[in-house]
Amino acid sequence: MIWLGIDTANIPLSVAIVKDGEILIEENTSMAINHSLRAMPAIDEVFQKTGIAPSDINAIAVSEGPGSYTGVRIGVTIAKTLAWTLNKPLIGVSSLKALAANALYFNGLLCPIIDARRNNVYAGAYRFENGKLTAIIEDGHFSLGELIGKLKSFKYPVLFIGKDTSLHKDQLIDELADHAVFAPIQFNLPRASSLIHAAQQFEEKVDIHNFVPEYRRIAEAEANWLKAQEKGNDHG
Amino acid sequence: MKKDLYILGIETSCDETAASVVKNGTEIVSNVVASQIKSQKRFGGVVPEIASRHHVEQITLVIEEALQIAKLQPKDLDAVAVTEGPGLVGALLIGINAAKAFAFANQLPIVGVHHIAGHIYANQLIQPMEFPMLALIVSGGHTELVLMKEHGLFELIGETRDDAAGEAYDKVARVLGLSYPGGPEIDRLATESDGEVEFPRAWLEPESYDFSFSGLKSSVINYKHNLEQRGEHVNPHHVAAGFQASVVDVLTTKTVRAAQEFNVKQVIAAGGVAANKQLRTSLEAKFKELNIPFYVPPISLCTDNAAMIAAAGSSMFESGIRGTLSMNGRPGMELVSWNK
Repeated sequence: MIWLGIDTANIPLSVAIVKDGEILIEENTSMAINHSLRAMPAIDEVFQKTGIAPSDINAIAVSEGPGSYTGVRIGVTIAKTLAWTLNKPLIGVSSLKALAANALYFNGLLCPIIDARRNNVYAGAYRFENGKLTAIIEDGHFSLGELIGKLKSFKYPVLFIGKDTSLHKDQLIDELADHAVFAPIQFNLPRASSLIHAAQQFEEKVDIHNFVPEYRRIAEAEANWLKAQEKGNDHG
Repeated sequence: MKKDLYILGIETSCDETAASVVKNGTEIVSNVVASQIKSQKRFGGVVPEIASRHHVEQITLVIEEALQIAKLQPKDLDAVAVTEGPGLVGALLIGINAAKAFAFANQLPIVGVHHIAGHIYANQLIQPMEFPMLALIVSGGHTELVLMKEHGLFELIGETRDDAAGEAYDKVARVLGLSYPGGPEIDRLATESDGEVEFPRAWLEPESYDFSFSGLKSSVINYKHNLEQRGEHVNPHHVAAGFQASVVDVLTTKTVRAAQEFNVKQVIAAGGVAANKQLRTSLEAKFKELNIPFYVPPISLCTDNAAMIAAAGSSMFESGIRGTLSMNGRPGMELVSWNK
C-alpha cells in the first residue's frame, strides 16, 4: 500500500510517500513561498527520489483546511486532479486534525491552532482515546477568547499544537495557567506522514469530483449577501 | 504524413471553469464551460473568492467531460495548455494547478497561455488567420488593439488607460439599475431605444490607439444625477443608447484607422463585448465598405472558453514553448510574442 500525502493549507508545505507503513520520504518546509511555485515540484521530487511512479500509488491523502483559502485550494486541486486522473481513492483530513495527529499520546486535550488574524484562530480540540482521535470541540473559526472559554469548561490539560500558537502563548498562559502545555517545535509543523496516518486510521474516502475544501468560514461577500437577504433587503 | 496534434485546454482566469480538446490548433473536438453567472449575479459582479471556490468544485468535472466528449484518453493528448494570466490570481491558480497535476500524472508537456492570445486564436477555430492581422479585444477585463505580422508575434498598438469597455458597461448598467451582467442589457435597451442622450467620445491624442472609458462613465453618472436633482425622469433607453453609441463609435473608428494604417489583410474582434450586436454591425459595415475581411467568432468563442486556450497553446507547442511544474498564476501577465 503506497500513499501520497499533501499539505499546503498554510505557510508550511509537506509532501510524503508512505509505503506499507513506512515513511519513504517526507519533505517539510515552512517558508513564505507561494505553494504554486513549490507544491508540484515537491511532489515530482518525492516520486523521482523514491523511484515510485505516480500510477504506483494506492491512495492520496490531502489536507482539506481550514487555513489560507488559496493555500488549501492549491493542495485540494492538485490532490483531486491526481486522484481523478490516476483513478485512486482520495481521503481528506482536517488540517487541524493532522496537527493533532502529530502528538497522539498526550493525555489531555490536543488543541491545534492556526492563526486567522485579528485575534481569531482556526482551532479544534481532540482527545486520543482507544486508538482514536475524537473531536471534543469541532473544528471552527473562533475568537481567541471564545476558544479559551470553551477549553476552560474541560478539566483536562491542553496541549497547544501548531507554529501559530507562539502568537497567542502569553494570553493562553494568562487564562489557562499550568493547564496550558505547548508542543515542542517538531510537532508544530503539519507533516504529510501524520496526515497519511490520520487518513488511514480515522477517515473514509471521498467523492473526488465533489470534494471541496473545508474553509470553516463563509466568504465575506456571501456573508454580506445573506445578511441582506435576512433583512428582506434583496437587491439581488 | 504529420501526426494529428491534440491539446487539452484549461481556462479559469475569471468566472468560467472551462476545458476543451482542440485538434491541430484549428478544430474543436470538445468545448465545455461551467459558468458561475447565476452565483455571481447575487453580488452584481465577480467576487474573486467566490470565483475560486466555484472553480475547485468544477475543475475535474469539466476536464473529464471534455475528454469524454472528445472520446480521448489522457495518453492520446500531446500537451496541456492552461491560462497562465492575466486574470484573478486565485482563480488562475485552480486551472494552473489542475493542469500541472494532470500533465504530471500523464507525463504530458504543459504550456502556459496568455488569455488575450487565446481570444485572438479563437479566430483560428473559425478560419485560417492571415497576416498582417488586427485584433480588437473587448471584454470585462480588456480593451486592446493588437497587430500580428505572423503567428505568435504580437504588437500591442492600443489599450485602455482606465476601465475596460465591458467594465464600463457593467458600471453604467448598475447606475441604471440593470441586472448583472450589464452588457447584454444595455445592448438590448439601446437597440429598442427611440432616441439617445449625447455623451462625449474620448479620442485622446490624434495619433493614439489607446482608449479611455472612465470619463464616459462619469458623464453618464453626472447626467443621471443632474436630472434627478431637478426632479426629472431619466429615460434608461436613451441613456443606454447614448452610452453605447459613444463606445461603439470610438472602438469602430480607432479599429478602422489602425486597419488602414497597417494595411492588414484581416480584422478580428474577440472577447465578451465582441458579442455586442451594435458593435458587430458597425464594424461589419465599415470593413465591408473598405473591403477588408472582418470576423467575429460565435458568442461561445467570444466569451471565456478553453478551446481558444488550446488553439493558442497548439501554436505555442509547435514553436517549442514549454512550461514547468513551478508555473504560477500571473495576474498582470503581459502579452509576449513566442515567435521572435
